Amino acid sequence: MTDSTYPEISFEARMATVEFRVDADRAHITVDDTVCRDCTTRGCITACPANLFVPTAAGGILFNYEQCFECGTCYLVCNEEGAISWTYPEGGHGVVFHRS
Amino acid sequence: MSDFDAIVVGAGPAGSAAALELARAGRSVCLLERGPTPGSKNMYGGVVYGRILDTLVPGWWEQMPVQRWVTRRSTMLIHDDRALTVDFRHPGWGAAPFNGATTFRPDFDAWLAGLAVDAGASLVCSTTATGLIREGGRVVGVRTDRPDGDLRAPVVIACDGVNSFLAKEAGMYPHTDAANFTVGVKETISLPREVIDERFGVRGEEGVDIEILGCTGDVPGGGFVYTNATSVAVGLVLSLPALAAGGDRPEELLRRLKAHPAIAPLVEGGEVLEYSAHVIPEAGYEMMPELVGDGILVAGDAAAMCLAAGIWLEGVNFAIGSGAAAGRAAAQCIARNDTSAAALAAYRRALESSFVLADHRKLRAAPHLVMGDLAQRGLPAVACGVMEDLFTVRNPEPKPGVRRIVRTQMRRHGVRARDAVREGLRALRAFG
Repeated sequence: MTDSTYPEISFEARMATVEFRVDADRAHITVDDTVCRDCTTRGCITACPANLFVPTAAGGILFNYEQCFECGTCYLVCNEEGAISWTYPEGGHGVVFHRS
Repeated sequence: MSDFDAIVVGAGPAGSAAALELARAGRSVCLLERGPTPGSKNMYGGVVYGRILDTLVPGWWEQMPVQRWVTRRSTMLIHDDRALTVDFRHPGWGAAPFNGATTFRPDFDAWLAGLAVDAGASLVCSTTATGLIREGGRVVGVRTDRPDGDLRAPVVIACDGVNSFLAKEAGMYPHTDAANFTVGVKETISLPREVIDERFGVRGEEGVDIEILGCTGDVPGGGFVYTNATSVAVGLVLSLPALAAGGDRPEELLRRLKAHPAIAPLVEGGEVLEYSAHVIPEAGYEMMPELVGDGILVAGDAAAMCLAAGIWLEGVNFAIGSGAAAGRAAAQCIARNDTSAAALAAYRRALESSFVLADHRKLRAAPHLVMGDLAQRGLPAVACGVMEDLFTVRNPEPKPGVRRIVRTQMRRHGVRARDAVREGLRALRAFG
């Protein structure tokens, strides 16, 4: 594939196009970062389309649930049992698509 | 004590079709939706095929929210900066009874849910079903995140999407393997109507659907571009295990597709209106859960009804077909006061005699074939190479002849003749 000078929006600008009705009271996904420390694959980091999983210097994983598409990619690729606890947000919260 | 005759979880196309059929049969039905409105959690890869609506909503094309009617269907093979496109146009698809339409899912899903409501269904939005209520092994309702939110009914229809926690809780999915899933990412890019008409060579309400192979780097998958009224959608479908294995992230692969010389002239210059992502049940028949249990049916993406068979990429129609069948079967079982698995098995039989399971069974090998190495790498590389050699005039060198060109290109891209023949035969069998 050739490279091009096609102007690309930053990841922040890309995510800013999406409406998220964030539930400030409850994270619908939690990550047990102690499990992640032993994980060799860390598939969540490259696969999450919202780029919500960030490796920390200490060898763990930092996770932000607020801009989550609720797609399920992370728990499906997570090969460490129990590292990701995944539920849907409370009704009415989370991602809201308009032109999808 | 039951609150309703039936509870349908998820007001996507499967759930709304189920609720519509139940309501029409005179049954009280609660249609639960976790989003603030139907469709607000949903995105897709582009086209709603309308034939399934003919009997469900006669004259649907006069009321369905449509962006454009697809009258041009292209299949593109990309290799490096080259592209070979098979381009089919049929103006007839732009007139009643139509074939396929592009639409925004929040619009389409809300429309279909509205029909269920008009027929008498109770739509309850902003409510997440958090689990099943079970008694003596059978499903008798769902728990929700509303205060005192338990809802009871003799039958629950799980149309809760690809992650279907309800079907999993009911033990209907034996295992979940990431290899059976892809993730779709998509940008909706605004462009003036005249610009779209000019770039894509269409007029009025005509639209285009382009499906692409060879545009996903080292990750098996595919791409798409399609036209809305005043926006175009460009996206990728990407294998989960390959994506997780490292390398390029989804938005980087999407950036490269948008920069490709065959795609950039179509999409450049517009503003990104929305980025979206969703997981797709890719493996079809091979990954389907149990469809029927005591007091529960599963339909739509929750039952892996999405058809990802390369030349056919359909999902909304399969969701509607399965949801409507679930609604009809449930209504009959409620009327007979028997919603046991044995009685509800009428749903599975109905699907088997319809396109829903007939197509999935017939094409059960296709998803794997399309994600295989030959389709992903060999085919686009050899096809583009052959085209280049065919049409590059190298005077004063004489023309090499087609057979030699094909042989040279196959060798260059490591495609052995016997593998190509074997995969070709498999494809013939798979696509019947």
